[in-house]
Amino acid sequence: MNRSTIDLWVGVFVAIGLGALLFLALKVGNLASFSTADTYRVDAHFGNIGGLKVRAPVKSAGVVVGRVADIGFDNQAYEAVAVLSIDARYQFPRDTSAKILTSGLLGEQYIGLEAGADGRMLKNGERMRITQSAVVLENLISQFLFSKAAEGGDAKGGK
Amino acid sequence: MRAALIRLGAAVTSGVWRLGYASRFFVYLLAHSGTALRRFRLTVREIYFAGVLSLIIILVSGLFVGMVLGLQGYDTLQRYGSSEALGVLVALSLVRELGPVVAGLLFASRAGSAITAEIGLMKATEQLSTMEMMAVDPVARVVAPRFWGGVLSMPLLAALFSAMGIFGGYLVGVVLIGVDEGAFWSQMQAAVDVRNDILNGVIKSVVFGVAVTLIAVFEGYDAPPTAEGVSGATTRTVVTSSLAILALDFVLTALMFTGGN
Repeated sequence: MNRSTIDLWVGVFVAIGLGALLFLALKVGNLASFSTADTYRVDAHFGNIGGLKVRAPVKSAGVVVGRVADIGFDNQAYEAVAVLSIDARYQFPRDTSAKILTSGLLGEQYIGLEAGADGRMLKNGERMRITQSAVVLENLISQFLFSKAAEGGDAKGGK
Repeated sequence: MRAALIRLGAAVTSGVWRLGYASRFFVYLLAHSGTALRRFRLTVREIYFAGVLSLIIILVSGLFVGMVLGLQGYDTLQRYGSSEALGVLVALSLVRELGPVVAGLLFASRAGSAITAEIGLMKATEQLSTMEMMAVDPVARVVAPRFWGGVLSMPLLAALFSAMGIFGGYLVGVVLIGVDEGAFWSQMQAAVDVRNDILNGVIKSVVFGVAVTLIAVFEGYDAPPTAEGVSGATTRTVVTSSLAILALDFVLTALMFTGGN
């Protein structure tokens, strides 16, 4: 086998191999849309974060605007602290509210932002005041059961 | 009873001895890789034999594995009304597991066995000792280029396997069955993470490349210099490296995908 033929084939092999890696990174993994963008960080305190995980999406009006960067526990207030890293292209008013929602019935949990009406925008390191915790199914069921029981008790007491 | 215990002890001792010998061989090989990297043409030749000549089997297998994943995945997913997640299923299973593992197994049987047979035969026909007599280090001149050729080829082959498999899944899912094309790609892009999934897959393929090629060159270099010895060493290469790939894959998966989340 000729030397330059071997070189040519190895060149072709390496080129299409790197092309495949690029295809995986750009078309399959979508490298372009994230990671390089500037972000700013905002804290949000929740009474209960349910099954929220680090790197869960932060959405506003259904559009992904950031990710959950970190989850911690505030030992003073006994609350969960979620650090949201939001794309710097998207600015939110200071009275924006954060809710922990679930996509679909059994899907993963994400944080939904609903913009407020304040003139000042959230800045890096600030804290969101208005939050709503995750819905925990067990609490919901026990509330339902208690209210049913209470209704039954009222009905009997009324007689 | 005593004889059985002696046989057991001998098997363990020789196994440990071979493992130690292989590790010393690996260190020696790394220390003498200078020639292979300085005279890069030697390595390029080995990339041709290990990588380019494996292209056909890798591409065709990747395409068929992807097409089968598309058919099977669609069959299961459409029962739950989520056939749009087909892209996610195909891409994640290929990028995380099937790409590196199946490409590694194919690479071991296609290129690893050839490397072992070549080096073993060079040893059996005393080409290696001739080199030593001419003050040429056979590890630097023969073994190291083959090692680096294999190590450089393997990640590229695994990436090609995954890309081809995703294309196969696309062919079956979108073109043949008619899953929505936009949902196929966009759900895939939303679910596949570049660092967690693709980079970990590449790391896996690099590790498998080192393991397979090291086993191949070691078995060839260590083969008894007879026709029987070379054939036995070739078989051992394929068996040992396949087992090594599967065991390493378990360890790497446990390290990569179970923490954090």
